[in-house]
Amino acid sequence: MKSWLKILGIVLLLYVHTAGLLMDVPRLAILNETVRALYFHVPMWFGMVLLYMLSVYYSIHYLRKPNPDTDSKSVAYAHVGTAFGILGIITGMLWANYTWGSPWHGDPKQNGAAIALLVYLAYFVLRGSLENEEQRARLSAVYNIFAFAAMIPLIFIIPRLTDSMHPGSGGNPGFNAYDLDSRMRLVFYPAVIGWFIIGLWIASLRIRIKRIEEKLDYNPS
Amino acid sequence: MNATVIIALIRKEFLLELRRKSVIAGLGLYLFSLIFICYLTFSLKANSITPATWSALFWLTMLFSVVNSVAKSFIGEKRGVFIYLYTIASPQQIIVAKILYNTLLCWLITLAGYLLFSVFIFNPVQDNLVFFGALFLASIGFSTTLSLISGIASKANNSNVLMAVLSFPVVISVLLMAIRATKNSLDGLDRSASTDELLNLLAINCIAGALGYILFPYIWRS
Repeated sequence: MKSWLKILGIVLLLYVHTAGLLMDVPRLAILNETVRALYFHVPMWFGMVLLYMLSVYYSIHYLRKPNPDTDSKSVAYAHVGTAFGILGIITGMLWANYTWGSPWHGDPKQNGAAIALLVYLAYFVLRGSLENEEQRARLSAVYNIFAFAAMIPLIFIIPRLTDSMHPGSGGNPGFNAYDLDSRMRLVFYPAVIGWFIIGLWIASLRIRIKRIEEKLDYNPS
Repeated sequence: MNATVIIALIRKEFLLELRRKSVIAGLGLYLFSLIFICYLTFSLKANSITPATWSALFWLTMLFSVVNSVAKSFIGEKRGVFIYLYTIASPQQIIVAKILYNTLLCWLITLAGYLLFSVFIFNPVQDNLVFFGALFLASIGFSTTLSLISGIASKANNSNVLMAVLSFPVVISVLLMAIRATKNSLDGLDRSASTDELLNLLAINCIAGALGYILFPYIWRS
């Protein structure tokens, strides 16, 4: 990874943390100051979906041209994506506790996100239970693609069919009609980009560690 | 794609299934025991379960019986059979045959389950067309997703545990749609209320079927 990208990520997140906590936010009923959680909760989901997409991309790549390096990339992105997803659930639960009244509200989007995490936890279980490396890479790539396609209806379609307390579904206004006014946009978009860059950075570190381990395995001396 | 090979493969599945009568008997008994347990635990106050509970109970029972029966489409097959199939048919033909055969099996299981449910618990279905539509489409969905996952799970050592772990998150979207459409048909809602769910089921089936068709050759290769 280029170092200017790393610096950009750090700068963006420093900006997001100071501006997100200090800048003015619109006064909304119920939400009040908790609307600031938007800067930390929503980017987690953006990051998770983007990282899982990258993971699926490398899985497809692996099936087309088997290469252990693409496999380790796909796993690294899935790992970091899962970490983002867990953080997204935790931040969402904190936020829900103050606005909806309880941490787990049976909201369809919440349930969908939990199921998406289950899919990837199952993916790790599958990887753990296959011993042959080539077979493990191939079968988990197949499951990754298949499960991702099955997950899309969960996150993007089902919540829109039913009432959800998230904006953008069940008659609630979407993001743009929402009071995401220009002041909030100034922090929100940098937050999404910043968190995503940090995710990529963590994944690239994991990939490099994997490469070093493989090299050491070949010549242990 | 050669239709005669697919038909021959499906015929082989049926013949094998009919020859091993204990397998069918075991499946039937499994279904019966599940429903009987539901009956024993719920029927103390016969009319106390709501349509929502009925449809959830029905689909969970179906899910467990279907997972058990479809799982054995690849798990538990002898290695020799795999090698033999490898020589006579392309992977696409094998997965299409398995999916078609499993679909027939799922239809049988869900219909038998519905019959047993109406005998032992009660039959609250008001809109038959929507209910059977959901039954029909969800069975296809179960068989397409579970056939592929059975293929993946059969390669690992602890395949039975893996089958459950891998399939449940994937099957949930089919299950949710089916439960919702069933509940609408039990409440006797207008048909237009359930078209969304049925179309969604159809879309999920198409995605799962297409992916199964494309991805299965990669599983089959080893």
